[in-house]
Amino acid sequence: MSNEGTNERTTATVRVKRGLAEMLKGGVIMDVVNAEQAKIAEDAGAVAVMALERVPADIRTDGGVARMSDPAMVEGIQAACSIPVMAKARIGHFAEAQILQALKVDYIDESEVLTPADETHHIDKFAFDVPFVCGATNLGEALRRISEGACMIRSKGEAGTGNVVEAVRHLRSIVGDIRKLTLADEPELFQWAKELRAPLPLVQEIAETGELPVPLFCAGGLATPADASLAMQLGAQAVFVGSGIFKSADPAPRARAIVEATTNYMNPEVLVKVSRNLGTPMTGIGMDEIDVRMADRGW
Amino acid sequence: MTRIGVLALQGAFRRHVEALEALGVTGVEVRAPADLDGIDGLILPGGESTAMSLLLGANELTEPCRDVIAGGLPVFGTCAGMILLAEKVLDGRSDQVQLSDVPITVRRNGYGRQLASFEADLEIAGETEPFRAVFIRAPKVEQVDPAVEVLATVDDDPVLIRYRNVLAAAFHPELTPDLRLHRVFLLEC
Repeated sequence: MSNEGTNERTTATVRVKRGLAEMLKGGVIMDVVNAEQAKIAEDAGAVAVMALERVPADIRTDGGVARMSDPAMVEGIQAACSIPVMAKARIGHFAEAQILQALKVDYIDESEVLTPADETHHIDKFAFDVPFVCGATNLGEALRRISEGACMIRSKGEAGTGNVVEAVRHLRSIVGDIRKLTLADEPELFQWAKELRAPLPLVQEIAETGELPVPLFCAGGLATPADASLAMQLGAQAVFVGSGIFKSADPAPRARAIVEATTNYMNPEVLVKVSRNLGTPMTGIGMDEIDVRMADRGW
Repeated sequence: MTRIGVLALQGAFRRHVEALEALGVTGVEVRAPADLDGIDGLILPGGESTAMSLLLGANELTEPCRDVIAGGLPVFGTCAGMILLAEKVLDGRSDQVQLSDVPITVRRNGYGRQLASFEADLEIAGETEPFRAVFIRAPKVEQVDPAVEVLATVDDDPVLIRYRNVLAAAFHPELTPDLRLHRVFLLEC
């Protein structure tokens, strides 16, 4: 059967925007700074790449203001791979986001890894057709971002440290509070909304469904296959790996190992196999050794 | 009770399992060859076909999946799943895995990047009400063999096809609450 005429297409609906995040579940999104790294990421089985000028570890070392990437760099990465390409805009910097949308990136990350452009306001993400991912350290922050139009949430962790402790803290906080909400009665939900500084209807919805209305991924400090498995077992639906891959001694096999670990996160035998002989991971730093807590950015 | 395998390497596999459960059928997540034992049908979900290709190999599932599909097990591929079933893939990777040889030619991301992703009402052969279909960086079916039955189109491009034991959609029936296509598939299982 062939239907005559044309089908009316509706783009950029909430379902279409959240839909791409659904397709990334169970996968690994890798930070890349050039076309060559994008190829390595795709070859290793990444479901998407995050194009940025410097990986968080270098932003941390170099200091200064971290901004949106040069469009030429984003275009080079788009040309080099066939998987979705995401890119970062500064918190509140809607002009950077407009540029990224004009570049047709597949997702925009309004990211605390870059230097914030606005210390009060986040981007109105409903005003864009390209979907947004935002970081969160707790459930209230996640719900505020969703109420501004974010279509994917990633727990922030502490980017560029190679230390998974903050990712675990944030993921546990978000997932743990969701569990508590499902047990709360109506008056308690009013109180939860106040404490979380989040819209009551979203709080009530989560109490009902037991999950965020958008996919929940994990980011910030993951460096090994075991880290990916830990995040997935704690309730993340996919993982972002930034400095952890391209700051390690041998990126390609590590990238592939993290991909396999994310799929087989419940299977320790596979985790043994993929963790073997991966070479030196990124060195990593303790939380008491850092001056800037990127996770504190976001309001 | 009917048991349907859902390839669970990556992508929207949980949504398919939930749709199956809503229809009173057991959804079995398939990550290893043994998970294919005793299933009455297999769903290949949406996701990234390049990542799924690599993971099919890593988890030693390529040959076992090919064998059950060639053996006549009913299969439903959605989006990336359709790509895995197609005889010819354009804009794919040279090392991309093929699980069947359905005589269609599909172009990966044929409709464009995420900005071009869309929803549309489809007229599906045999259904009276339109089906709201969600297309995410969808594959475009550019050629079909006359032996392939085209069940729905968007602007004359086939988006839902049937060939022997294979049902394949360029869109995502698992992202909408409409369970009619899962029901159609289960009739064959």
